[in-house]
Order: sequence, then structure tokens, then C-alpha cells
Amino acid sequence: MQVPILKQGAYLIASIQSALSDADLMQLRDALVAKVSTFRSRGVIVDVTVLDVMDSFASRTLRDLVHMIQLRGATTVIVGIQPEVAFAMVQLGLTLEGVATALDLEEGLAYLDLKTIKKVSNPRDG
Amino acid sequence: MRKNSDHHTSTRSTVAHTPDQLLSELVAHLRQNRTQLREEWARRITEAQLLMAMSKEEIFAEATSVYDNYVEALETGTLEALQAYSRNLSERIIPRGVETHEVVGIVLLLRDVLARSLFAKYQGDFDKLNRILDAYEPAANRIAITVAVGFVQERERTIRDQQEAIRELSTPVLQVRERLLILPIIGLIDPHRARQLTEQLLRAIRTNRAKVVVIDITGVAAMDSNVANHLVLTVEASRLLGATVIVTGLSPEISQTLVNIGVDLSKMNTVGDLQGGIEEAERLLGYRVVSVRDVAAIQQP
Repeated sequence: MQVPILKQGAYLIASIQSALSDADLMQLRDALVAKVSTFRSRGVIVDVTVLDVMDSFASRTLRDLVHMIQLRGATTVIVGIQPEVAFAMVQLGLTLEGVATALDLEEGLAYLDLKTIKKVSNPRDG
Repeated sequence: MRKNSDHHTSTRSTVAHTPDQLLSELVAHLRQNRTQLREEWARRITEAQLLMAMSKEEIFAEATSVYDNYVEALETGTLEALQAYSRNLSERIIPRGVETHEVVGIVLLLRDVLARSLFAKYQGDFDKLNRILDAYEPAANRIAITVAVGFVQERERTIRDQQEAIRELSTPVLQVRERLLILPIIGLIDPHRARQLTEQLLRAIRTNRAKVVVIDITGVAAMDSNVANHLVLTVEASRLLGATVIVTGLSPEISQTLVNIGVDLSKMNTVGDLQGGIEEAERLLGYRVVSVRDVAAIQQP
């Protein structure tokens, strides 16, 4: 199942709708990394609220995605990890090191606003 | 000597008396001498300095009930009534600090007092004494075990209840400011409680939309490496939910445990005490607490 990638101002929002296969995850990663430069986005939000399982492949792919997007000049934040999922992940040692996380979409947007404000902003954007 | 008497019964009891008859004779004897034996027993309890937490009158009143229940158990051979009574008794005396050895001690004393009276009564007829004791001892042992087990079970139940109460009492997650939670932990943390704490905290982060959590463990004297590891996992899990955890009030022992398990200090945000933790949290959230008087002083130079 494909993950819709929405453009919202200077940000891209990938909202995962159902459980993803490994192939879906890699496809999401490639699509996001490509679209960051297409839309010249400053920030990316990946919403994983619906995932009730996060295995080692998924968390590694997400970490790679975050680092790749960083190399392309944008900031990524993962939002909506469920409490049970979070604890299961750390028990497996999947701590998403170096990856920004936030509670939900709103918090993620606030985080990106804070992080990307330091970069040169267009006066016309307000 | 016991072996000997067993031998006697097996050969002769069929001729003379069945154990049932012997027991009823025994019960009749105990009923007859109730007042005297009971007093003797109460005296021996005081002498042995058992049940010091109770007054003389109380000891006598309890001794009477135990005596009657005891005789009844001997007579009927059923232990239910005695079991219920010993549970009830334990319930009453455990909060007053009565120890296991005291309860076992008084039951054994009663057994001794009664056996002595039997010795006195059947002094002349050694053969009959043996048979009476054969009937009496297994029953008396069963009763002693019942009372002791009842006491210990009651005690364990009390301990379980208290543990449950402690668990429920001691894990509040409090919101002190918008987006700021504190979790003061007091007492011993076992793996079960640690898991419960984590679940509660992660859920509270979600429902309160917390950004910063201060976990204060001033009230925790020590934790083993398992629990310490769990604490580290909790901190990381909270980060995945987008919340920063500040741990305050680490005792020297706990610090040592954390160092021993090789915790990554870049992931752990620690501050000395709760006040410092809350100040740090406010800084992270962008609050600045200023005394009203200071503001007034600045505004009117």
C-alpha cells in the first residue's frame, strides 16, 4: 500500500495509513528523499500513529530516511509513536538514535517551525 | 516409645476400645476439667512470656475460645470451625504485633497441658494411657498445624494486601504546568512496579501532551540493575513519544548502579534535586519564573 505524501507549505507530510511491508517502507523512503528536492522542502513529517508494531527493519529504514533527508538539507521528525510501541522498541534496542520524535502532527509541525526558523526565510512568507 | 505403643494399639484396641471411643472419653475428661485446665494453660502462657502484646484478661478470654474450639475439633474430627476461628484470631492479633512463634508456642503449650493431665489421670493404667495418647496425638498435631498454617496464611494475606495498597498509592503522575509532568517515586521498585510505572508514565505523556517529564527518585533508596535498566528504557521510550525526561534526586547508590550498568549519559538528563529539575524543565519549555516584587522593582526605577 502506498503512503500519501502531502505538501504543506515548506513541509512534506507522509501519513502512514496502514501496516506497511518492507517494500512499502523502502518505497516511502525513496519517494520522500526524491520529493524533498522536487518541492525544495525544509522539513518532513512521518506520521506513524497507526502502526502498532515497529520492527527492526522499519526502525532502521526510518532512521536511514531521516539521515538521508538530512543530507539533502531538510529536517525530519517522526510523530505519533504509540506508548506501547515505544516501550517495545526500546526493549529491542531500537531507539532511533539521532532521530527527532514528537507526540503528534501538531507537535511535529511546532518542532519543524522551531528548527527551520533559523535558516534563511523568505520575507514574503511573512 | 511411640513405636511400642503403636504396636499395643494394633493388637489390642480392637478388643478393648476403638479410637473413637477413646477420643470421646478424652473429650469428656477435657470438658470436665475445663476450668482448671484452661487456667493452667493461661498461667503457662504468661509464664512463658508469650502474647506479651495482650492483657491477662484478653489472654484468658482467647484461651477459653481456643480451648473450646480445640475440644470440639477433637470431638468432631473436623477442622473447619477451628480453621475459621484461627483465621479470625489471626486477623485480630496480627496488627498487634503477635509473632508466629508465639501462636505456635501457645498451641504447643495447650497440647502439653492436656497431655500432662492425661498422664495424671491414667497414671495407674499404663496400657490405657498409651492408647489414649495414640488417639490424642495425631488429632492434636493436626490441630496445631491447622492453627499455625492459618496464622501464617493470614499473615501472608496481610502482606499481599499491603503490597497491593502500596502499589496503588505510590504512582501518581502529576501535571504541574502545561506540558510538564512530575512523577515522584517513593519506596521500593520491583520489576512489576517498574513496568506499571512506565506504562502509566507513557500513557500520561500521551493524554497530557507532555513535553517534559521530571522523574524524582529521591524517595528510592536503591534499585537493582534490572530496575535501573528499566528506568533507562523508560527515558528512551518517552523520547520516542517526543517528551524529554529529567531524572532528579539520584542517591549515591543508584548513581553507582547506573554507572555499573554502563548507562549512556548523553541520553540521561539528570539534575540534583526536584527543584532543580523543575527549573530545568521550565527552561526547556520556555518559562521564566520571576518574583512579582522583582518585576515591580524593575518597572519603577
